[in-house]
Amino acid sequence: MTTSVVDNGVNVAALLGAREAFADAPEIARFQWRSSVSWVHGTHSTAEVDTFAGFGDAQRHSRTFTFDVDHPLQFAAEDHGITPVEYVLVALGGCLTAGVAAVAQQRGIQLRSVRAEVSAEMDLHGILGADPEVRNGFSGVRVDYHVDADADRADIEALVAQSQKRSAVYDIMTNPTAVTVSVS
Amino acid sequence: MRHATTVVIGAGHCGLAVSRCLAAHSVDHVVLERGEVAHSWRTQRWDSLRLLTPSWMTRLPGNTYRGDDPDGYLSVPEVIRFLGEYATGAPVLTGVAVTSVQPLDQGYLVRTDRGAWRARTVVVATGGSAAAARPSVPLPPGIPTVTAAGYRNPGQLPDGGVLVVGASASGIQIAEELSRSGRPVTLAVGEHVRLPRTYRGRDVLWWMDASGLLDERWDAVPDLVRARNLPSMQLVGAPRTLDLDVLRRQGVALVGRLAGARDDTVQFSGSLANVCALADLKLGRLLDMFDAWADRAGVEAEAPQRFAPTAVPAPVLSAQLGRGGIESVVWATGFRPDLSFLEVPVFDRRGRIVHDGGVTAAPGLYVMGLPFLRRRKSTLIDGADGDARALTAHLVDHLDTLARRAS
Repeated sequence: MTTSVVDNGVNVAALLGAREAFADAPEIARFQWRSSVSWVHGTHSTAEVDTFAGFGDAQRHSRTFTFDVDHPLQFAAEDHGITPVEYVLVALGGCLTAGVAAVAQQRGIQLRSVRAEVSAEMDLHGILGADPEVRNGFSGVRVDYHVDADADRADIEALVAQSQKRSAVYDIMTNPTAVTVSVS
Repeated sequence: MRHATTVVIGAGHCGLAVSRCLAAHSVDHVVLERGEVAHSWRTQRWDSLRLLTPSWMTRLPGNTYRGDDPDGYLSVPEVIRFLGEYATGAPVLTGVAVTSVQPLDQGYLVRTDRGAWRARTVVVATGGSAAAARPSVPLPPGIPTVTAAGYRNPGQLPDGGVLVVGASASGIQIAEELSRSGRPVTLAVGEHVRLPRTYRGRDVLWWMDASGLLDERWDAVPDLVRARNLPSMQLVGAPRTLDLDVLRRQGVALVGRLAGARDDTVQFSGSLANVCALADLKLGRLLDMFDAWADRAGVEAEAPQRFAPTAVPAPVLSAQLGRGGIESVVWATGFRPDLSFLEVPVFDRRGRIVHDGGVTAAPGLYVMGLPFLRRRKSTLIDGADGDARALTAHLVDHLDTLARRAS
Protein backbone atom coordinates (compact mmCIF):
# COMPACT_ATOMS: atom_id res chain seq x y z
CA MET A 1 0.00 0.00 0.00
CA THR A 2 1.60 3.29 -1.05
CA THR A 3 0.28 6.80 -0.89
CA SER A 4 0.96 7.42 -4.57
CA VAL A 5 -1.89 5.17 -5.76
CA VAL A 6 -4.35 6.21 -3.05
CA ASP A 7 -6.67 9.03 -4.03
CA ASN A 8 -9.49 10.06 -1.73
CA GLY A 9 -9.54 13.51 -3.28
CA VAL A 10 -7.95 15.14 -0.26
CA ASN A 11 -4.94 17.38 -0.88
CA VAL A 12 -2.93 16.28 2.15
CA ALA A 13 0.19 18.04 0.86
CA ALA A 14 -1.68 21.35 0.97
CA LEU A 15 -2.89 20.66 4.52
CA LEU A 16 0.60 19.76 5.69
CA GLY A 17 1.93 22.82 3.86
CA ALA A 18 -0.50 24.98 5.83
CA ARG A 19 0.77 23.45 9.07
CA GLU A 20 4.33 24.35 8.05
CA ALA A 21 3.29 27.90 7.12
CA PHE A 22 1.57 28.32 10.49
CA ALA A 23 4.86 27.53 12.23
CA ASP A 24 6.41 30.62 10.64
CA ALA A 25 3.38 32.91 10.89
CA PRO A 26 1.05 31.62 13.62
CA GLU A 27 -1.31 34.59 13.25
CA ILE A 28 -2.48 33.43 9.83
CA ALA A 29 -4.01 30.37 11.50
CA ARG A 30 -6.58 32.55 13.25
CA PHE A 31 -9.86 32.13 11.39
CA GLN A 32 -13.32 33.54 11.84
CA TRP A 33 -16.43 31.79 10.55
CA ARG A 34 -19.69 33.66 9.95
CA SER A 35 -23.32 33.16 9.13
CA SER A 36 -26.05 35.74 8.70
CA VAL A 37 -29.47 34.49 9.75
CA SER A 38 -32.70 36.37 8.85
CA TRP A 39 -36.13 35.62 10.14
CA VAL A 40 -38.70 34.99 7.41
CA HIS A 41 -41.96 34.01 9.07
CA GLY A 42 -43.02 31.79 11.93
CA THR A 43 -40.12 29.48 12.81
CA HIS A 44 -38.69 29.84 9.30
CA SER A 45 -35.35 31.63 8.87
CA THR A 46 -32.82 31.71 6.09
CA ALA A 47 -29.13 31.52 6.81
CA GLU A 48 -26.55 32.89 4.39
CA VAL A 49 -22.90 31.97 4.45
CA ASP A 50 -20.41 33.61 2.12
CA THR A 51 -17.46 35.32 3.79
CA PHE A 52 -14.95 34.22 6.38
CA ALA A 53 -11.53 35.38 7.50
CA GLY A 54 -8.24 33.51 7.69
CA PHE A 55 -4.72 33.18 6.29
CA GLY A 56 -4.32 36.80 7.34
CA ASP A 57 -6.95 38.07 4.92
CA ALA A 58 -10.64 38.43 4.14
CA GLN A 59 -11.91 35.32 2.37
CA ARG A 60 -15.02 34.29 0.45
CA HIS A 61 -16.66 31.04 -0.59
CA SER A 62 -16.95 30.47 -4.35
CA ARG A 63 -20.60 31.53 -4.01
CA THR A 64 -23.14 32.46 -1.36
CA PHE A 65 -24.73 29.42 0.24
CA THR A 66 -28.26 29.75 1.57
CA PHE A 67 -29.99 27.42 4.01
CA ASP A 68 -33.57 27.26 5.15
CA VAL A 69 -34.13 26.60 8.82
CA ASP A 70 -37.57 25.67 10.07
CA HIS A 71 -39.46 23.04 11.99
CA PRO A 72 -41.64 20.20 10.68
CA LEU A 73 -45.40 20.13 10.28
CA GLN A 74 -45.60 18.05 13.45
CA PHE A 75 -44.49 21.19 15.31
CA ALA A 76 -47.29 23.19 13.70
CA ALA A 77 -44.65 24.78 11.47
CA GLU A 78 -44.30 24.85 7.67
CA ASP A 79 -41.20 22.69 7.22
CA HIS A 80 -39.30 25.01 4.88
CA GLY A 81 -36.08 23.45 6.04
CA ILE A 82 -34.49 21.18 8.57
CA THR A 83 -34.40 22.08 12.24
CA PRO A 84 -31.42 23.80 13.86
CA VAL A 85 -30.57 20.66 15.81
CA GLU A 86 -30.49 18.67 12.59
CA TYR A 87 -27.96 21.17 11.19
CA VAL A 88 -25.83 20.24 14.18
CA LEU A 89 -25.99 16.59 13.12
CA VAL A 90 -25.16 17.59 9.55
CA ALA A 91 -22.19 19.55 10.83
CA LEU A 92 -20.92 16.72 13.00
CA GLY A 93 -21.29 14.08 10.31
CA GLY A 94 -19.74 16.35 7.70
CA CYS A 95 -16.81 17.24 9.90
CA LEU A 96 -16.03 13.70 11.00
CA THR A 97 -16.37 12.34 7.47
CA ALA A 98 -14.02 14.98 6.05
CA GLY A 99 -11.62 13.93 8.77
CA VAL A 100 -11.95 10.25 7.88
CA ALA A 101 -11.09 11.05 4.25
CA ALA A 102 -8.14 13.25 5.17
CA VAL A 103 -6.68 10.82 7.69
CA ALA A 104 -7.19 7.92 5.25
CA GLN A 105 -5.36 9.86 2.55
CA GLN A 106 -2.46 10.58 4.84
CA ARG A 107 -2.29 6.98 6.01
CA GLY A 108 -2.44 5.64 2.45
CA ILE A 109 -5.85 4.01 2.81
CA GLN A 110 -8.07 4.00 -0.29
CA LEU A 111 -11.70 4.60 0.59
CA ARG A 112 -14.48 3.11 -1.54
CA SER A 113 -17.47 4.28 0.45
CA VAL A 114 -18.07 6.01 3.75
CA ARG A 115 -21.45 6.59 5.34
CA ALA A 116 -22.14 8.01 8.77
CA GLU A 117 -25.53 7.52 10.36
CA VAL A 118 -25.84 10.34 12.87
CA SER A 119 -28.60 10.41 15.47
CA ALA A 120 -29.27 12.33 18.63
CA GLU A 121 -31.66 11.85 21.50
CA MET A 122 -33.56 14.82 22.85
CA ASP A 123 -36.33 15.21 25.39
CA LEU A 124 -38.72 18.03 24.42
CA HIS A 125 -39.57 18.65 28.07
CA GLY A 126 -36.40 20.75 28.06
CA ILE A 127 -37.09 23.29 25.31
CA LEU A 128 -40.76 23.53 26.28
CA GLY A 129 -39.78 24.42 29.83
CA ALA A 130 -41.91 21.57 31.09
CA ASP A 131 -39.29 19.94 33.31
CA PRO A 132 -36.39 21.90 34.78
CA GLU A 133 -34.46 18.65 35.26
CA VAL A 134 -34.25 18.08 31.51
CA ARG A 135 -31.68 19.97 29.46
CA ASN A 136 -32.61 21.70 26.22
CA GLY A 137 -29.99 20.01 24.12
CA PHE A 138 -29.17 16.47 23.21
CA SER A 139 -28.94 13.87 25.94
CA GLY A 140 -26.62 11.92 23.67
CA VAL A 141 -25.36 11.73 20.10
CA ARG A 142 -24.53 8.58 18.15
CA VAL A 143 -22.50 8.28 14.99
CA ASP A 144 -22.37 4.90 13.28
CA TYR A 145 -19.82 4.57 10.47
CA HIS A 146 -20.02 2.19 7.54
CA VAL A 147 -16.65 2.27 5.82
CA ASP A 148 -15.58 0.23 2.82
CA ALA A 149 -11.85 0.66 2.35
CA ASP A 150 -8.58 -1.12 1.61
CA ALA A 151 -7.86 -1.61 5.30
CA ASP A 152 -8.60 -4.01 8.12
CA ARG A 153 -11.08 -3.31 10.86
CA ALA A 154 -8.50 -2.02 13.35
CA ASP A 155 -7.16 0.47 10.80
CA ILE A 156 -10.68 1.68 10.02
CA GLU A 157 -11.46 2.06 13.72
CA ALA A 158 -8.23 4.02 14.10
CA LEU A 159 -9.27 6.28 11.19
CA VAL A 160 -12.58 7.04 12.83
CA ALA A 161 -10.97 7.59 16.24
CA GLN A 162 -8.32 9.92 14.83
CA SER A 163 -10.99 11.85 12.94
CA GLN A 164 -12.81 12.52 16.22
CA LYS A 165 -9.57 13.59 17.82
CA ARG A 166 -9.02 16.24 15.15
CA SER A 167 -12.64 17.29 14.56
CA ALA A 168 -13.74 20.85 15.29
CA VAL A 169 -17.43 20.01 15.53
CA TYR A 170 -16.77 17.00 17.75
CA ASP A 171 -14.80 19.29 20.04
CA ILE A 172 -17.52 21.94 19.96
CA MET A 173 -20.10 19.35 20.95
CA THR A 174 -18.10 17.53 23.62
CA ASN A 175 -16.63 20.58 25.37
CA PRO A 176 -18.19 23.77 26.70
CA THR A 177 -17.80 26.87 24.53
CA ALA A 178 -18.32 30.46 25.63
CA VAL A 179 -21.23 31.97 23.71
CA THR A 180 -21.85 35.71 23.82
CA VAL A 181 -25.13 37.01 22.40
CA SER A 182 -25.64 40.77 22.17
CA VAL A 183 -28.18 43.15 20.67
CA SER A 184 -26.95 45.95 18.38
CA MET B 1 34.63 34.94 39.57
CA ARG B 2 35.30 31.25 39.28
CA HIS B 3 35.87 29.43 36.03
CA ALA B 4 35.16 25.96 34.69
CA THR B 5 35.30 24.61 31.17
CA THR B 6 31.82 23.26 31.67
CA VAL B 7 29.09 24.12 34.14
CA VAL B 8 26.45 21.43 34.52
CA ILE B 9 23.22 22.69 36.09
CA GLY B 10 21.41 20.08 38.15
CA ALA B 11 22.65 17.00 40.01
CA GLY B 12 19.92 14.56 39.12
CA HIS B 13 20.57 11.44 37.08
CA CYS B 14 21.14 13.49 33.90
CA GLY B 15 23.59 15.97 35.37
CA LEU B 16 25.50 13.22 37.15
CA ALA B 17 25.65 11.11 33.98
CA VAL B 18 27.04 14.07 32.01
CA SER B 19 29.55 14.70 34.80
CA ARG B 20 30.73 11.09 34.57
CA CYS B 21 31.18 11.44 30.77
CA LEU B 22 32.95 14.81 31.06
CA ALA B 23 35.33 13.32 33.62
CA ALA B 24 36.07 10.45 31.24
CA HIS B 25 37.09 13.09 28.66
CA SER B 26 39.07 15.02 31.28
CA VAL B 27 36.88 18.08 30.86
CA ASP B 28 37.12 20.17 34.02
CA HIS B 29 33.65 20.98 35.20
CA VAL B 30 31.37 21.65 38.12
CA VAL B 31 27.83 20.47 38.77
CA LEU B 32 25.71 23.17 40.41
CA GLU B 33 22.78 21.86 42.43
CA ARG B 34 20.21 24.15 44.08
CA GLY B 35 19.44 21.60 46.80
CA GLU B 36 21.04 18.24 47.42
CA VAL B 37 21.86 15.49 44.94
CA ALA B 38 18.56 14.10 43.59
CA HIS B 39 16.77 17.22 44.80
CA SER B 40 13.49 16.60 42.95
CA TRP B 41 13.40 13.04 44.23
CA ARG B 42 13.66 14.41 47.77
CA THR B 43 11.13 17.19 47.41
CA GLN B 44 8.66 16.48 44.61
CA ARG B 45 7.65 12.84 44.95
CA TRP B 46 4.77 11.24 46.83
CA ASP B 47 5.52 8.77 49.62
CA SER B 48 4.42 5.54 47.95
CA LEU B 49 6.00 6.21 44.55
CA ARG B 50 8.28 3.66 42.98
CA LEU B 51 10.08 3.85 39.64
CA LEU B 52 7.95 2.72 36.72
CA THR B 53 10.94 0.99 35.15
CA PRO B 54 12.28 -2.30 36.51
CA SER B 55 15.48 -1.95 38.52
CA TRP B 56 17.68 -3.62 35.90
CA MET B 57 16.93 -0.55 33.72
CA THR B 58 18.60 1.71 36.26
CA ARG B 59 21.74 1.97 34.16
CA LEU B 60 23.92 5.06 34.19
CA PRO B 61 27.39 5.56 32.68
CA GLY B 62 29.72 3.62 34.93
CA ASN B 63 27.06 2.41 37.34
CA THR B 64 24.20 -0.02 37.04
CA TYR B 65 21.78 -1.33 39.66
CA ARG B 66 23.40 -4.32 41.36
CA GLY B 67 20.80 -5.12 44.03
CA ASP B 68 19.13 -8.46 44.57
CA ASP B 69 15.79 -7.60 42.94
CA PRO B 70 16.51 -6.56 39.34
CA ASP B 71 12.87 -7.13 38.36
CA GLY B 72 11.55 -4.95 41.19
CA TYR B 73 10.93 -1.22 41.17
CA LEU B 74 13.04 1.15 43.25
CA SER B 75 11.35 3.22 45.94
CA VAL B 76 12.12 6.93 46.15
CA PRO B 77 14.55 6.50 49.09
CA GLU B 78 16.32 3.80 47.08
CA VAL B 79 16.62 6.11 44.07
CA ILE B 80 18.01 8.86 46.30
CA ARG B 81 20.54 6.41 47.76
CA PHE B 82 21.50 5.12 44.30
CA LEU B 83 22.07 8.64 42.96
CA GLY B 84 23.87 9.69 46.15
CA GLU B 85 26.35 6.85 45.72
CA TYR B 86 26.65 7.61 42.01
CA ALA B 87 27.54 11.23 42.86
CA THR B 88 30.49 10.17 45.01
CA GLY B 89 33.60 11.79 43.57
CA ALA B 90 31.67 14.03 41.18
CA PRO B 91 32.44 17.76 41.44
CA VAL B 92 28.99 18.64 42.77
CA LEU B 93 28.39 21.91 44.63
CA THR B 94 25.13 21.58 46.53
CA GLY B 95 22.99 24.42 47.81
CA VAL B 96 23.91 26.60 44.83
CA ALA B 97 20.92 27.91 42.90
CA VAL B 98 21.56 29.21 39.38
CA THR B 99 19.79 32.52 38.90
CA SER B 100 20.78 33.26 35.31
CA VAL B 101 22.81 32.06 32.36
CA GLN B 102 23.91 34.74 29.91
CA PRO B 103 26.01 34.48 26.76
CA LEU B 104 29.52 35.97 26.75
CA ASP B 105 31.83 36.47 23.78
CA GLN B 106 33.15 33.00 24.33
CA GLY B 107 31.03 30.91 26.59
CA TYR B 108 28.58 31.81 29.32
CA LEU B 109 28.21 33.72 32.55
CA VAL B 110 26.40 31.58 35.11
CA ARG B 111 25.13 33.60 38.05
CA THR B 112 24.14 31.82 41.25
CA ASP B 113 23.01 32.82 44.72
CA ARG B 114 26.56 31.98 45.82
CA GLY B 115 28.66 33.84 43.24
CA ALA B 116 29.18 33.68 39.49
CA TRP B 117 30.94 31.27 37.17
CA ARG B 118 32.42 31.67 33.71
CA ALA B 119 32.20 28.61 31.52
CA ARG B 120 33.02 27.77 27.92
CA THR B 121 30.07 25.40 27.83
CA VAL B 122 26.91 24.83 29.83
CA VAL B 123 24.82 21.68 30.13
CA VAL B 124 21.33 22.36 31.47
CA ALA B 125 20.24 19.20 33.28
CA THR B 126 17.37 20.56 35.34
CA GLY B 127 15.05 18.09 33.64
CA GLY B 128 11.69 18.08 31.98
CA SER B 129 9.76 17.87 35.24
CA ALA B 130 10.98 20.93 37.11
CA ALA B 131 7.49 22.41 37.39
CA ALA B 132 4.02 20.90 37.54
CA ALA B 133 1.84 22.00 34.66
CA ARG B 134 -1.78 22.75 35.42
CA PRO B 135 -4.56 23.97 33.19
CA SER B 136 -5.97 27.44 33.76
CA VAL B 137 -9.38 26.26 34.93
CA PRO B 138 -10.64 28.65 37.60
CA LEU B 139 -11.93 26.85 40.68
CA PRO B 140 -13.97 28.50 43.42
CA PRO B 141 -12.02 29.41 46.56
CA GLY B 142 -12.26 26.91 49.38
CA ILE B 143 -11.46 23.88 47.24
CA PRO B 144 -7.95 22.74 48.23
CA THR B 145 -5.80 21.77 45.27
CA VAL B 146 -2.44 20.06 45.01
CA THR B 147 -0.29 19.13 42.03
CA ALA B 148 1.31 15.73 41.53
CA ALA B 149 4.60 17.38 42.54
CA GLY B 150 3.14 18.60 45.84
CA TYR B 151 1.11 15.50 46.65
CA ARG B 152 2.53 13.25 49.40
CA ASN B 153 -0.26 11.04 50.73
CA PRO B 154 -4.06 11.00 51.17
CA GLY B 155 -3.83 12.56 54.65
CA GLN B 156 -2.93 15.84 52.96
CA LEU B 157 -6.42 16.19 51.52
CA PRO B 158 -9.72 16.77 53.28
CA ASP B 159 -12.20 13.93 53.63
CA GLY B 160 -14.80 13.66 50.93
CA GLY B 161 -14.71 13.45 47.17
CA VAL B 162 -11.53 14.12 45.22
CA LEU B 163 -11.21 15.00 41.56
CA VAL B 164 -7.95 13.77 40.07
CA VAL B 165 -7.32 15.55 36.77
CA GLY B 166 -5.17 13.54 34.41
CA ALA B 167 -4.90 9.79 33.89
CA SER B 168 -1.26 9.27 33.06
CA ALA B 169 1.28 7.67 35.40
CA SER B 170 0.83 10.14 38.27
CA GLY B 171 -2.93 10.50 37.98
CA ILE B 172 -3.79 6.81 37.96
CA GLN B 173 -1.51 6.05 40.91
CA ILE B 174 -2.77 8.95 42.99
CA ALA B 175 -6.38 8.13 42.10
CA GLU B 176 -5.89 4.54 43.24
CA GLU B 177 -4.26 5.57 46.51
CA LEU B 178 -6.97 8.13 47.28
CA SER B 179 -9.67 5.62 46.46
CA ARG B 180 -8.10 3.07 48.82
CA SER B 181 -8.13 5.77 51.53
CA GLY B 182 -11.92 5.63 51.38
CA ARG B 183 -12.50 8.84 49.45
CA PRO B 184 -14.87 8.86 46.49
CA VAL B 185 -12.55 9.55 43.54
CA THR B 186 -13.46 11.02 40.16
CA LEU B 187 -10.75 10.69 37.52
CA ALA B 188 -10.81 13.08 34.54
CA VAL B 189 -9.33 11.19 31.59
CA GLY B 190 -7.92 12.77 28.47
CA GLU B 191 -5.59 11.16 25.96
CA HIS B 192 -3.58 8.47 27.67
CA VAL B 193 -1.17 5.61 27.01
CA ARG B 194 -2.65 2.32 28.18
CA LEU B 195 -0.16 -0.42 29.02
CA PRO B 196 -0.24 -3.77 30.79
CA ARG B 197 2.54 -4.22 33.37
CA THR B 198 3.55 -7.51 31.79
CA TYR B 199 3.04 -8.96 28.33
CA ARG B 200 3.64 -12.58 27.39
CA GLY B 201 5.19 -13.12 30.80
CA ARG B 202 7.70 -10.28 30.68
CA ASP B 203 7.69 -6.68 31.90
CA VAL B 204 6.32 -4.39 29.21
CA LEU B 205 9.47 -2.24 29.60
CA TRP B 206 11.50 -5.33 28.67
CA TRP B 207 9.57 -5.51 25.40
CA MET B 208 10.06 -1.82 24.73
CA ASP B 209 13.76 -2.03 25.47
CA ALA B 210 14.55 -5.30 23.71
CA SER B 211 12.52 -4.55 20.58
CA GLY B 212 14.41 -1.29 20.08
CA LEU B 213 11.33 0.91 20.58
CA LEU B 214 13.00 2.92 23.35
CA ASP B 215 16.05 3.49 21.15
CA GLU B 216 14.10 5.24 18.39
CA ARG B 217 15.96 8.42 17.52
CA TRP B 218 14.64 11.96 17.52
CA ASP B 219 15.89 12.55 13.99
CA ALA B 220 14.17 9.43 12.63
CA VAL B 221 10.73 9.50 14.26
CA PRO B 222 8.00 10.61 11.82
CA ASP B 223 6.24 13.22 14.00
CA LEU B 224 8.66 14.54 16.61
CA VAL B 225 6.27 17.18 17.98
CA ARG B 226 3.74 14.48 18.72
CA ALA B 227 6.33 12.07 20.10
CA ARG B 228 7.66 14.74 22.46
CA ASN B 229 4.18 15.52 23.74
CA LEU B 230 2.94 11.99 24.43
CA PRO B 231 1.43 11.52 27.88
CA SER B 232 3.41 9.31 30.27
CA MET B 233 2.67 5.59 30.39
CA GLN B 234 -0.16 4.26 32.57
CA LEU B 235 2.08 2.19 34.82
CA VAL B 236 2.71 1.69 38.52
CA GLY B 237 6.01 0.49 40.02
CA ALA B 238 4.59 -2.86 41.10
CA PRO B 239 4.07 -6.27 39.49
CA ARG B 240 0.47 -5.52 38.51
CA THR B 241 -1.43 -3.64 35.84
CA LEU B 242 -3.06 -0.37 36.82
CA ASP B 243 -5.33 0.87 34.06
CA LEU B 244 -8.76 2.47 33.78
CA ASP B 245 -10.55 -0.88 34.05
CA VAL B 246 -8.78 -1.66 37.33
CA LEU B 247 -9.62 1.78 38.69
CA ARG B 248 -13.25 1.53 37.60
CA ARG B 249 -13.63 -1.85 39.32
CA GLN B 250 -12.12 -0.28 42.43
CA GLY B 251 -14.89 2.31 42.40
CA VAL B 252 -13.15 5.25 40.76
CA ALA B 253 -15.60 7.25 38.62
CA LEU B 254 -14.14 7.78 35.16
CA VAL B 255 -15.13 10.99 33.38
CA GLY B 256 -13.88 12.86 30.33
CA ARG B 257 -11.14 15.46 30.24
CA LEU B 258 -11.72 18.43 32.54
CA ALA B 259 -13.31 20.91 30.18
CA GLY B 260 -14.09 23.84 32.43
CA ALA B 261 -15.63 25.10 35.61
CA ARG B 262 -18.62 27.36 36.02
CA ASP B 263 -19.63 28.61 39.46
CA ASP B 264 -19.47 25.50 41.63
CA THR B 265 -19.73 22.96 38.85
CA VAL B 266 -16.88 21.31 36.96
CA GLN B 267 -17.55 20.19 33.41
CA PHE B 268 -16.10 17.16 31.69
CA SER B 269 -15.64 16.53 28.01
CA GLY B 270 -17.91 14.04 26.28
CA SER B 271 -14.90 12.50 24.56
CA LEU B 272 -14.10 9.74 27.10
CA ALA B 273 -15.18 6.94 24.76
CA ASN B 274 -12.92 8.19 22.00
CA VAL B 275 -9.81 8.72 24.12
CA CYS B 276 -10.30 5.17 25.42
CA ALA B 277 -10.74 3.86 21.86
CA LEU B 278 -7.58 5.67 20.77
CA ALA B 279 -5.62 4.18 23.68
CA ASP B 280 -7.01 0.67 23.08
CA LEU B 281 -6.15 0.80 19.38
CA LYS B 282 -2.72 2.16 20.11
CA LEU B 283 -2.07 -0.61 22.63
CA GLY B 284 -3.15 -3.15 20.01
CA ARG B 285 -0.67 -1.72 17.49
CA LEU B 286 2.09 -1.77 20.09
CA LEU B 287 1.44 -5.44 20.89
CA ASP B 288 1.30 -6.24 17.14
CA MET B 289 4.74 -4.65 16.87
CA PHE B 290 6.08 -6.65 19.84
CA ASP B 291 4.71 -9.91 18.39
CA ALA B 292 6.15 -9.24 14.94
CA TRP B 293 9.53 -8.41 16.45
CA ALA B 294 9.39 -11.51 18.69
CA ASP B 295 8.75 -13.69 15.62
CA ARG B 296 11.66 -12.16 13.72
CA ALA B 297 14.00 -12.27 16.70
CA GLY B 298 12.99 -15.76 17.76
CA VAL B 299 12.05 -14.64 21.26
CA GLU B 300 10.73 -17.34 23.55
CA ALA B 301 7.78 -16.00 25.48
CA GLU B 302 4.29 -16.95 26.48
CA ALA B 303 1.57 -16.92 23.80
CA PRO B 304 0.42 -13.56 22.45
CA GLN B 305 -2.69 -12.12 24.03
CA ARG B 306 -4.97 -9.16 23.45
CA PHE B 307 -6.73 -7.09 26.07
CA ALA B 308 -10.44 -6.31 26.05
CA PRO B 309 -11.33 -2.74 25.11
CA THR B 310 -11.58 -0.38 28.07
CA ALA B 311 -15.07 -0.52 29.58
CA VAL B 312 -16.36 3.02 29.27
CA PRO B 313 -18.98 3.99 31.86
CA ALA B 314 -22.10 5.99 31.04
CA PRO B 315 -21.14 9.61 30.43
CA VAL B 316 -21.01 12.02 33.37
CA LEU B 317 -20.53 15.56 32.09
CA SER B 318 -20.41 17.60 35.28
CA ALA B 319 -19.87 17.37 39.02
CA GLN B 320 -20.63 19.50 42.03
CA LEU B 321 -17.74 21.25 43.76
CA GLY B 322 -18.04 21.34 47.53
CA ARG B 323 -21.21 20.68 49.53
CA GLY B 324 -20.72 16.94 49.61
CA GLY B 325 -19.42 16.71 46.05
CA ILE B 326 -15.81 17.19 45.10
CA GLU B 327 -14.00 18.65 48.12
CA SER B 328 -10.47 18.75 46.70
CA VAL B 329 -8.64 18.57 43.37
CA VAL B 330 -5.35 16.91 42.43
CA TRP B 331 -3.74 18.27 39.27
CA ALA B 332 -1.93 15.37 37.65
CA THR B 333 -1.71 17.23 34.37
CA GLY B 334 1.94 16.71 33.66
CA PHE B 335 5.19 18.50 34.17
CA ARG B 336 7.21 21.00 32.23
CA PRO B 337 10.77 22.20 32.34
CA ASP B 338 11.54 25.48 34.11
CA LEU B 339 14.30 27.17 32.14
CA SER B 340 13.40 30.72 33.15
CA PHE B 341 17.00 31.31 34.31
CA LEU B 342 18.28 30.80 30.77
CA GLU B 343 18.79 34.28 29.28
CA VAL B 344 19.90 32.99 25.92
CA PRO B 345 17.79 33.30 22.73
CA VAL B 346 17.05 29.61 22.31
CA PHE B 347 13.27 29.67 22.85
CA ASP B 348 10.36 29.57 20.42
CA ARG B 349 7.45 32.00 20.51
CA ARG B 350 5.71 29.92 23.16
CA GLY B 351 8.73 29.83 25.42
CA ARG B 352 9.78 26.26 24.66
CA ILE B 353 13.47 25.58 24.26
CA VAL B 354 14.49 24.81 20.67
CA HIS B 355 17.15 22.14 20.35
CA ASP B 356 18.33 19.46 17.98
CA GLY B 357 18.80 16.36 20.08
CA GLY B 358 19.87 18.47 23.08
CA VAL B 359 22.16 20.75 21.03
CA THR B 360 20.88 24.33 21.06
CA ALA B 361 21.62 26.97 18.44
CA ALA B 362 23.80 28.76 21.02
CA PRO B 363 27.29 27.23 20.61
CA GLY B 364 28.29 25.26 23.69
CA LEU B 365 24.86 25.30 25.31
CA TYR B 366 23.25 21.90 25.78
CA VAL B 367 20.08 20.62 27.41
CA MET B 368 19.27 17.17 28.79
CA GLY B 369 16.43 15.18 30.26
CA LEU B 370 13.60 16.49 28.09
CA PRO B 371 11.00 14.21 26.51
CA PHE B 372 12.40 12.38 23.47
CA LEU B 373 15.52 14.56 23.57
CA ARG B 374 17.53 12.10 21.46
CA ARG B 375 15.72 8.81 22.01
CA ARG B 376 12.29 7.68 23.04
CA LYS B 377 13.83 6.73 26.39
CA SER B 378 15.33 10.16 27.05
CA THR B 379 12.95 10.82 29.95
CA LEU B 380 13.75 7.48 31.59
CA ILE B 381 16.77 7.13 33.86
CA ASP B 382 17.97 4.57 31.33
CA GLY B 383 17.98 7.26 28.64
CA ALA B 384 20.58 9.42 30.35
CA ASP B 385 23.52 7.18 29.41
CA GLY B 386 23.22 7.48 25.63
CA ASP B 387 22.20 11.13 25.71
CA ALA B 388 25.04 12.09 28.07
CA ARG B 389 27.61 10.30 25.93
CA ALA B 390 26.35 11.86 22.68
CA LEU B 391 26.15 15.39 24.08
CA THR B 392 29.54 15.07 25.75
CA ALA B 393 31.04 14.01 22.41
CA HIS B 394 29.47 17.07 20.77
CA LEU B 395 30.70 19.30 23.59
CA VAL B 396 34.27 17.97 23.37
CA ASP B 397 34.24 18.57 19.59
CA HIS B 398 33.08 22.12 20.24
CA LEU B 399 35.91 22.68 22.73
CA ASP B 400 38.41 21.30 20.19
CA THR B 401 37.09 23.72 17.58
CA LEU B 402 37.46 26.64 20.00
CA ALA B 403 41.01 25.53 20.82
CA ARG B 404 41.97 25.24 17.13
CA ARG B 405 40.51 28.67 16.43
CA ALA B 406 42.51 30.17 19.30
CA SER B 407 45.84 28.64 18.22
